[in-house]
Amino acid sequence: MDAIDREIILATQDGLPLEERPYHAVAARLAIAPEEVMTRMRTMLARGVIRRIGAVPNHYALGYVANGMTVWDVADDRVDALGERVGRLDFVSHCYRRPRRPPLWPYNLFAMVHGHDRAEVEAGAEAIAHLLGDACIGRDILYSSRILKKTGLRLRPDTAAPSGT
Amino acid sequence: MNPHHRPVALDDTDRRIINALQDGLPVCERPFMAIADRLNLSERQLLERLRRLRETRVLSRFGPLYNADRMGGSNVLAAMAVPEADFDRVADRVNAQPEIAHNYRREHTLNLWFVGAADSAEAVERAFRRIEQETGLPVHRFPKEREYFVELKLVA
Repeated sequence: MDAIDREIILATQDGLPLEERPYHAVAARLAIAPEEVMTRMRTMLARGVIRRIGAVPNHYALGYVANGMTVWDVADDRVDALGERVGRLDFVSHCYRRPRRPPLWPYNLFAMVHGHDRAEVEAGAEAIAHLLGDACIGRDILYSSRILKKTGLRLRPDTAAPSGT
Repeated sequence: MNPHHRPVALDDTDRRIINALQDGLPVCERPFMAIADRLNLSERQLLERLRRLRETRVLSRFGPLYNADRMGGSNVLAAMAVPEADFDRVADRVNAQPEIAHNYRREHTLNLWFVGAADSAEAVERAFRRIEQETGLPVHRFPKEREYFVELKLVA
């Protein structure tokens, strides 16, 4: 990433202009060629700096009002193979292996499940439990009861460009 | 629930647009045209719908989703066990850090879960330490050790 990539990120992190030629609009704002904006954005997509370009629906507006972080204590030698399968369930939006923090926190597999109500989240959790089988010895569901902040990544405009990437 | 997160009435065209655009917008001169063709809409109709969906906050964002990890930065989940009487004060101190991208109250002893995201791991760690100093409570870090592939589609 260089300074121009960073300019493009700063210009688009709140969203893309909803016009016929959105990349041209970004280019005009930054006073660089549209082809350069598009080439750099394709490169950032290929490298995973951009996950995708698209719509992020508000879960609540679509009626997905139940949001459960399901957490599982899964045998270390089986968690990766099983985690791949849990991630592929169509109601799982994020799936990670994370460290346990005993005694407070025995869980190492995190799978976020969205549903129209808690019964739907619980049905999803049952499907995960079934998939994990005897590799799993503990589980919980943490429902979010309040969104306190949701801004996504915000680069500070005044910090130096990161180096070495 | 937050009042502007109340479910909004959507028609079939809105739903088709939301479902189609979760797959991603191409990078080309007229990216909305290709999507509009697929949906049997004109480019102008699609853009008008998208503007309305964004204004009514059915879409919380429309554009590139950046991944801090791949920018040489970092994205770390963390949690705190906050005494109920102190909850609002601690939540405010957490939210005040610009590095905190999301913050949720959850029903558990660990009742505050948030994500620190920045273009360097040090910046995230500094934010967590500031929170510990300002609140006197430990921040439990849950960095991801492995990310499993997901194929989420919220069906509108």
